[in-house]
Amino acid sequence: MSTLSAAKTKKANSPVELFMHGLLTVFGLTSIAFVIFITAFLVVSGIPAIGKIGFTNFLFGTVWKSTAADPKFGILPFILTSIYGMAGALLIAIPVGLLCAIYLSKMAGHVLAEVIRSAVELLAGIPSVVYGLVGMIIIVPWVAKSFGLASGATLLAAIIVLSIMVLPSIISMSETALNAVPKEYEEASLALGATWTETVFKVSVPAAKSGIAAAIVQGVGRAIGEAMAVMMVSGNVANMPGLLKSVRFLTTAVASEMSYASGLQRQALYSIALVLFIFIMVIMFVLNSAIKKKKD
Amino acid sequence: MKTRRVMALLTAAVMSAAMLAGCGSSSDTASGTASTTAAADAASTTADTAASTADAADTTADAAATTADTTADAAASVNTDLTGTVSTNGSTSMEDVIQSLIEAFNEEYPNVTVNYNPTGSGSGITAATEGSCDIGLASRDLKDDENADGSLTQTTIALDGIAIIVNNANPVTDLTIDQIASIYTDGTNNWKDVGGDDGDIAVIGREAGSGTRDGFETITGTKDACVLDQELTSTGNVISAVQNNPQAIGYASLAAVAENTDAVKAVSVEGVAPSEDTIADGTYKIQRDFNLITNNTKPLSDAAQAFFDFCTDPANADIISNAGAVPVNK
Repeated sequence: MSTLSAAKTKKANSPVELFMHGLLTVFGLTSIAFVIFITAFLVVSGIPAIGKIGFTNFLFGTVWKSTAADPKFGILPFILTSIYGMAGALLIAIPVGLLCAIYLSKMAGHVLAEVIRSAVELLAGIPSVVYGLVGMIIIVPWVAKSFGLASGATLLAAIIVLSIMVLPSIISMSETALNAVPKEYEEASLALGATWTETVFKVSVPAAKSGIAAAIVQGVGRAIGEAMAVMMVSGNVANMPGLLKSVRFLTTAVASEMSYASGLQRQALYSIALVLFIFIMVIMFVLNSAIKKKKD
Repeated sequence: MKTRRVMALLTAAVMSAAMLAGCGSSSDTASGTASTTAAADAASTTADTAASTADAADTTADAAATTADTTADAAASVNTDLTGTVSTNGSTSMEDVIQSLIEAFNEEYPNVTVNYNPTGSGSGITAATEGSCDIGLASRDLKDDENADGSLTQTTIALDGIAIIVNNANPVTDLTIDQIASIYTDGTNNWKDVGGDDGDIAVIGREAGSGTRDGFETITGTKDACVLDQELTSTGNVISAVQNNPQAIGYASLAAVAENTDAVKAVSVEGVAPSEDTIADGTYKIQRDFNLITNNTKPLSDAAQAFFDFCTDPANADIISNAGAVPVNK
């Protein structure tokens, strides 16, 4: 932008040029406009219900009964479920994804790596409803059988499905970061007598640290924002979270009741969306600033 | 680059082959199809709407076929003189019935537009009271306090049965309303207490605000007291969850269950099996009314009156039963 617009040509002030500059500026600003619009919408529609229910009752209430004669709108179960679900998914996905990325980048042969890479790309392209379906037909009954439960639709099933869903982004971004590590680092390490394993884990991975961290941030984003797949496997009951209990996430709390909701219930769902939005912004902000700090 | 593309294609082919094989071995084709349908249901409301539109289209096609069969008598009844807009507002459970009626009505009155706004029975009744819609739709009877001044009239056009469904492998065939209420309120936790095999009961219900949930909880007296293991957001989801879990119990509109008899089993309630006949004569207990709510203080427009008459006309009972409910006027 700067080079082009700075280069004043003879025709710089012609109407067509001015028009095009204006047009591109407008389109350039659209993404900001969308963010502002969505933020404003969520704040405006989410605040009233929080006011009516009461800030502490809403955020720290442990009972959600939105259509009862004496309705209760406590979303602590949803908040904790979202945190536990995200943490559990990352606990599985980070080691698996990172080790897979190391294998792809440093060890696999050319042909095999291509096969794995296209499988990962396919995995990333599978719609979430398909993950949910597979989870519902295979993982949910498996959880029920393994733990002797009547219903396998639990937090554990959701964690398993989520961890598979965040794998592709962790694998492909970590691999890119590992590939970008200058060869000289690794050669130097090997030349100094370090073994291959030492080189990979003490030189390559630390050098690719910020890229891997960015991969994890993206995984966090996907894990916490996913609605459809977890809705199909988590059972959706507003319990306080437990690994083998039916639970409801922040995302599914909005999605499952929105279609028939009315009045304060509907407003409370907007408020949940607002909480989810703030939640993701805070997590992204904290993680990103942590990464930047490490870089400096 | 080329190798890469070939590789991607190859992987895709292998994976889809594996998926197909998996389908074939894990379950028979029928149940595979059923669960796919359920997933499509869950995929989005759009899919749901598309499905119901398709249903409605079917009904229309049926109706058209019947019309063609009978005589030109029906064809002559196409009325292009009547124009206007009719707004209906209310119960989400009545969607299939009302959409089918609207489609068929438009065959006869092509210049009348009928709108349907699915807001829930309570909102539909409020809208009829306030006069913000022509006809309110309620999948329950009017409460005394809603009609204190007697300004509303309720006209039942159809009955809807809610089936209690269990897995095909479950030996239980009959439950009483008390047993059902006890299962749903966490009083009974084991199938052996109600005549089944030893095993915990997985209780499956619908989300807050669902018309089916409201109907079920009102009839069984479990309002706000249900303790569920799974809370699902569509009839298709409930059926496929019960189909995949031998210990599950769920409830769904009878029409949807009748289409899936291979997948799940509807138990009889207090000795009466759910069917059109037992619902029509009132012996099957878990049923509710589909009502049109009209405001006495505000006369219906000609177009709205025509739609109201169309809905209550015994000649159109087939449209209602094709949409899955039991017509009252036959």
